[in-house]
Amino acid sequence: MPNTQFSPSIDSRPVYPGLTPHGASPAIMVADAEGAAALRELAARDASVMDRAQVVLAAGGAAGLAEARALQALQPKGVSHEPDLAAALPLLRRLLAEARMGTRLYLAGSEGLIGQVSALALDAGLPADAIESEHRGPIARRMQCVHCKGITEGVTTDPFTCSHCGLTLFVRDHFSRRLGVFQGVCVDAETPGIIPEPQEIRP
Amino acid sequence: MSRQMLLRVTEVEPLTPLVTRFRFEHPERAALPLFSGGAHVVVEMPDDGVLRRNAYSLISDPYDGSGYEIAVRREDTGRGGSRFMHGQVATGTDLRVSLPLNLFALDPRAKKHVLIAGGIGITPFLAQLRQLERLQQPYELHYAARSQAEAAGLKLLPQTAQVHVHISENGDRMDPGALLEGQPIGTHAYVCGPEGLIAAVMDAGARLGWPPSALHAEAFAAPPPGEAFRVTIGSTGAEIEVGPHQSLLEALEAAEVEVDWSCRGGACGRCETGVRACHGRIEHHDHWLSPEERAAQTKIMPCMSRFRGDRLVLDL
Repeated sequence: MPNTQFSPSIDSRPVYPGLTPHGASPAIMVADAEGAAALRELAARDASVMDRAQVVLAAGGAAGLAEARALQALQPKGVSHEPDLAAALPLLRRLLAEARMGTRLYLAGSEGLIGQVSALALDAGLPADAIESEHRGPIARRMQCVHCKGITEGVTTDPFTCSHCGLTLFVRDHFSRRLGVFQGVCVDAETPGIIPEPQEIRP
Repeated sequence: MSRQMLLRVTEVEPLTPLVTRFRFEHPERAALPLFSGGAHVVVEMPDDGVLRRNAYSLISDPYDGSGYEIAVRREDTGRGGSRFMHGQVATGTDLRVSLPLNLFALDPRAKKHVLIAGGIGITPFLAQLRQLERLQQPYELHYAARSQAEAAGLKLLPQTAQVHVHISENGDRMDPGALLEGQPIGTHAYVCGPEGLIAAVMDAGARLGWPPSALHAEAFAAPPPGEAFRVTIGSTGAEIEVGPHQSLLEALEAAEVEVDWSCRGGACGRCETGVRACHGRIEHHDHWLSPEERAAQTKIMPCMSRFRGDRLVLDL
């Protein structure tokens, strides 16, 4: 499955041009179960990308185990296998804190993973042009409620219900790079109770 | 065109045989606008019928509005601006000075700053050091000069652990690759000095995988001399002759054709001028136009670039 094509939107909506190999430079690679395929394809284009790569796979279950073995077979510097991104964050923070200039960050998987790890990396000082990204898998979004600031993961409909304050939120393309989230805005603020029929989010 | 102030020279101090420091203050002691480290001003010099305009980095404290200071290296084979400053400017001279403009600012996203200076390229960093001290941000400064006697920065740099001086005469040559290697992520590098040093730092950065956004450079080149050439003003059909030691911008100004400008060094993009017809070759010397724009020959930066050929019609 190739990199997802998203419809054109406002400038602040992140775009994911796909992974491009940068040879044997030091690298941190982060993927979920669907994104792991993009890392394998990257290595197939240039095997040397794995020479100094620390791979972090955030994927549980049998699919996660199979991908962990497949990535290990590419002989990167190291593979860390975590059940989900939340469990991988402490390791990612440490890897970023110890990284030197010249390190590339390769991100592959959901928008939530790419957005959240990009935000972490930018906060650690990694320049945006050292980050490569490719979207794979479902198009569910990581949304922040602009009213209560709570974050709802895996949003697939528009509007949706904020998992923190219960407001019905309109899914905007407006994205916060600092937080790695899309912004959700109360859909019935002007007309309380009049809520459009939820639609499936499209790419 | 930048807004100007009439300022008075209040201090003239030779730092080395070639480099002199000048301090400007408002004649009524009014506070001058504050600036940021890396900013420059354009000083106007009425030199025997020729109005020269040279850009100089501010070396004084950006948070101190009581005056602006610059350091000028005398270029004996140059176009005459630095000779004017050294020969005809003294305490009490009034000169027109533009408002400060910064094309070489510290990147506020950086976690650490590596400042690399060659020769007179130390000037923008002198103001940046004050800013970094104030912001308490980690930095290191590397200053390369040919000899102790020529190193004007030695008198102006603080003697701190972050300041490293490389005097090549003493066998201490600066190695840009060694300076960039192993820096923590979030480090930004800034280089100012001769073209060769800038190229060496950029090459080392690219080799070590530094992304372009973390590498910053400023080269204040004077407009290069060349053969005389003619241009045509599109709106009036007037023909303007550009002398061998004159820039196209200076020739346009002398002919009272209005062109917006700011840095006069090919960096800021303000004087970008459209070309209606080009029968010949534009000699691009700027850092502004992209390779595609250069090849298309539909734009020219009159502050730095020249022309060789039959006819160049400007969209003016």
